[in-house]
Amino acid sequence: MKRLLVALPLLIVIVIGGFLLWGLNPERDPNAIPSVLISQPAPEFDLPPLEGIGVPGLARSDLTETGEPVVVNVFASWCVPCRAEHAELTRMVRDDGVRLMGINYKDKPKDALRWLNNLGNPYERIGTDLDGRAGIEWGISGVPETFIVDGSGTVLYRYVGPVVGDEAVEKLSTALAQVRANAGAGS
Amino acid sequence: MTMRSLAAYLFVLLLAFPAFAVEPDEILEDPVLEARARDLSKQLRCVVCQNQDIDSSNAGVARDLRILVRERLVAGDTDEQVLDFVVARYGDYVLFRPPWKPTTYALWIAPFLVLAIGATAAGAVLLRARSKSGPFGLSVQEEAEFADLKKHLEQER
Repeated sequence: MKRLLVALPLLIVIVIGGFLLWGLNPERDPNAIPSVLISQPAPEFDLPPLEGIGVPGLARSDLTETGEPVVVNVFASWCVPCRAEHAELTRMVRDDGVRLMGINYKDKPKDALRWLNNLGNPYERIGTDLDGRAGIEWGISGVPETFIVDGSGTVLYRYVGPVVGDEAVEKLSTALAQVRANAGAGS
Repeated sequence: MTMRSLAAYLFVLLLAFPAFAVEPDEILEDPVLEARARDLSKQLRCVVCQNQDIDSSNAGVARDLRILVRERLVAGDTDEQVLDFVVARYGDYVLFRPPWKPTTYALWIAPFLVLAIGATAAGAVLLRARSKSGPFGLSVQEEAEFADLKKHLEQER
């Protein structure tokens, strides 16, 4: 009993030290919010198209029968990181055959149209979310956010923030490759 | 300071009421529902400016959620249904008061457990101190051991 008591302070130090070490881990993002959407069906939403861009709007029903993984990107013309991310997403659509769906979050349609006309439109469909209600359905905390949805409409991955830089691109590409591999194995 | 400038000074002070994040166009006409909305908003975390509730946050998403909470209340939801609605989209994370369920048992029980361990340890130490007696503060058993040692020493001499 006495021996156990002697070891107690050491034990406490190890436990507390363990937590501190975990807190110092540079990989850990204390602001990260675990998404409740992962492995869940895509939320209910139905958004009208962006007038003048020439691609249809986006609704939940457009995601449930795609038959292959698609990437859903929430963007806005007023969001500066979105501009940086745009080039990367365009490249992924062009080179990697990514199917990209857009949710234009709380944007003025006029601004969004000009933004896309300037930079090019990599999106297959664009839903216009004027009041941000679809954004809440997706549980986003800001723009940009990027989701991977499998062929039957199940959300499998979420990336918060711009897909810019090797690390972010790597994360999204790896996740997409995994989803594709699983889809291939499943069918 | 003249009377007039003093009055002006006081008037300016009166203008300095605290700034509220809740904007006038959000406020419901029904004061009962509005009070419930304010109460619920204080229990919900703003997902952008964490550690701030949506009631006091100026972030866009916080405003959207405040409006959403009010819409649900007007639609006739109970407080619980409103919270469930938001949790379904943002997870338990948005609640300032974590729910009582298997994944949070440790969170809720740990403080009481630590307190119990501490109290037990403190009690044990105090009890032992009290049971000590004799001129040197030795326990009965230690006293006996001491007497034994003393006897041995005398025999060896």
